[in-house]
Order: sequence, then structure tokens, then C-alpha cells
Amino acid sequence: MADEVKLFGMWASPYSRRVELALKLKGIPYEYIEEDLSNKSSLLLKYNPVHQKIPVLVHNGKPIAESLVILEYIDESWRNNPVLPQDPYDRAMARFWAKFIDEKIQPTARNANLAEGKEREQAVEECYQQLKMLDNELKGKSFFGGDTIGYLDIAALVIAFWPPKENMSTMLELAMKPQKLLLPTKYQDDDLHLPPMFDLPHGIFQT
Amino acid sequence: MEEVKVLGSWPSPYGYRVQWALELKGVEYEYIDEDLFNKSDMLLKYNPVHKKIPVLVRHGKSIAESAVILEYIEETWPQNPLLPKDPYERAMARFWINFVDNKDKAAPIVTFFIGVGEEHKKATEETKELLKILEEQALGEKKYFGGDEIGMVDLAMGWMAYFGVIEEIVDVKILDAESFPRLHAWIQNFRAHPVIKSNLPDHDKLLVSYTQKRQMFLGSTTT
Repeated sequence: MADEVKLFGMWASPYSRRVELALKLKGIPYEYIEEDLSNKSSLLLKYNPVHQKIPVLVHNGKPIAESLVILEYIDESWRNNPVLPQDPYDRAMARFWAKFIDEKIQPTARNANLAEGKEREQAVEECYQQLKMLDNELKGKSFFGGDTIGYLDIAALVIAFWPPKENMSTMLELAMKPQKLLLPTKYQDDDLHLPPMFDLPHGIFQT
Repeated sequence: MEEVKVLGSWPSPYGYRVQWALELKGVEYEYIDEDLFNKSDMLLKYNPVHKKIPVLVRHGKSIAESAVILEYIEETWPQNPLLPKDPYERAMARFWINFVDNKDKAAPIVTFFIGVGEEHKKATEETKELLKILEEQALGEKKYFGGDEIGMVDLAMGWMAYFGVIEEIVDVKILDAESFPRLHAWIQNFRAHPVIKSNLPDHDKLLVSYTQKRQMFLGSTTT
């Protein structure tokens, strides 16, 4: 019996892209369903009644919501090309930093984007410090996952989706110095023969 | 000989989660209680990013964030599993832990504790809605969130086991047997479990501690 995999997503959502990247890395065929978030489908509401959000993965009729929960599920259900490391401590670190991205970096970045004046300056500085901490985890490796893209690289993909509004660009400039952050360049690599899904909306990091 | 340390801060349910997991698996550990108004150098060293408890330290390496620690414990000591084997069931467990740990989702509970007036009324209704979701969708007909046995989700829901103290302090009862029969039964079962029973914060001490905390937020003093 063939697996039936559906993904409810939204083209501009980095969380939906996380799931797509994991599915593509493992070569899992799936049907993609684009949701109009201003007019959510009854299917989406049926599959994610609690949050009513995308992404939702539906595997053989059973729905799973929350992008990081979905990543863990994908890794456990399709054992090829594992995205989480083997060692429990390394897995804990990957999970810790993914949480940090979602609970700290993302909200701070949003604040930096919306705030003005002194508040914006503070948010930008805070975000820079947070990015620095995450960047430090790369420690000379090609990816957080080592030589290949792993769970944390997939999670960190959201950073590539920050809109290039004036203030965000400024923040990214700040983030780039004094030492250039390694993070953003990772998503530009063509050598890995990644599927062409990295059509980043704004090509922020392209030189 | 394993050398496991747990940094917690009584009566934090996040700290208790880690202790409960280790106790359920029969893993020996040293517990260190932190004064969060006077954080130790050890805490700052082992959790420089968040400077919070709980932290688990093993072989000199530290792990922070209770949900992350629980997964580490599960993978390191597989006896008495706290997660189901089936990937879909595991995803459901992670979904509910994520739900209850979501600060935005849990905000009404905080306001129920420290809010007043209209704000408090609204928070009361929102907390009831939250509990309804947990009762009907997370727990359902099961004895425990984990099924027949206590699992990781039960540990994440441990705060509910002493929610009664908060209800006492704000003098509003919502988690009663009539409104939430299944959650109410769960609380009794959870509290009665032999491992949990001997690792629960004392009621009277909680009353004092939470009353102080609430007054701190309200900025008032006892009459």
C-alpha cells in the first residue's frame, strides 16, 4: 500500500518550507495544498482544530501540526537521510537551538521589524546578540548538522525569510559585523544539488 | 556510576517534570534548588543562554529547557518509556507538550492567577476553554494522557495537579468534578501514583509561596 502524504502550507510561510525541505531531503513524494489564510479551508480546520494553522502534514489520513513536531515525525517515519543526529546529547542541542529560534529569535525579529526609534534599536541589538549565539553553534562546520543539512539547519531556514524592509536590512547589516555571520550564506549553496525550492522571496543574502 | 545533577527551583512544575521523569525511570540524581532571585554561578554556567531552571547536567554537559531535557532522559534511559513507540502517537504527545508550553496559549492561566476585575473574568473563561481542549482532545477517555501508564504529557500537565492551590488563593473554582470530570479524575490518579505522590510540593507551603507571589504582582500587602 502506497503512503499518502499531503502537506497543507502557504508559499510565504517559512514554517511550511521547513516541512517541504525535510520531505524533499528524504525523497518523500507528497501532495502540496496551498492554503489561503484569509479563507481557511474546511479541511485545514478539520485537520488542525486546535491552532487552525499551517503547516499540517497528513499521512495516510492522520494529521500532524506544528512544524518542529512534524520534523520529528518525518524523521521517525522515514529512516533514510536522518535529519536529527544520533547521539542523545547532540539531539538535545539541536532541539534546544530550534526552540531558541522559534521562541526568542523570531519574536525579537518581529519586534525589530515593527518597532520604531529607541525600541527598534534595542530589539535590533537583542536580535543581533541572539543571532550571534546561534551562529556560534556553527563553530567552523559547514552546517549545524555537520557536513549535511540537519534538523537545526532546516529550523534555521526561517531566518532566510526575513523581509528586506529598510529596518530589517539594517539589522542584517548589524548582524553581519564585526564578524560575518555564517548563517545566511548556508542557504545559497548550489553544490549540494538541493531541489530548487530555495527560491527565497527576496534574495537578501545574494551578493 | 551516573552522575546526574538537576537544577530546579521549588515549586516550579518545570523542575518537577525533570525530577518525575528521572524518578519514574529509577535514575539517581543530585537535586540542587536554586534561588531565582540570587542565581548561583553554577546555574549561570550551565544555562548561560536563558539563565533558567530546570537544567540537567551529566558528564559535565548541561541541557536546558524541560521539554528538551525530557526527550534526552527518554533517549538516555529507555526503561519505563514515557513516550509511545508509534511515531504518530509520539507526534501527538509532542503536540500536546508544545501546546501546554506555548506562552501565548497559557497566558490566560497566568492572568487567572494574578489578574483582577474584568481582566480576571475574561481569563477565567479562557482558562475554562483551554481546560476543555485538554479534557476532550488531549486526555479523552484515557486514564492518563499517556494512556494506561503515565507518560511525558502527564508530566507536562503536572502543574494541574496543584492548580487547586491557585483556585484557593483567587477564590474561584473552575477545575471541579462536574465541569471537568476527566481532568478531575486525572488529577486524583496522577497525585496518587506512587512515584508522583512522594514528589509533590506540600500544600501549605504552596499556599504561602503562591500567595506571596500573587501579592508581589498585585503590589499589595496582607491585612
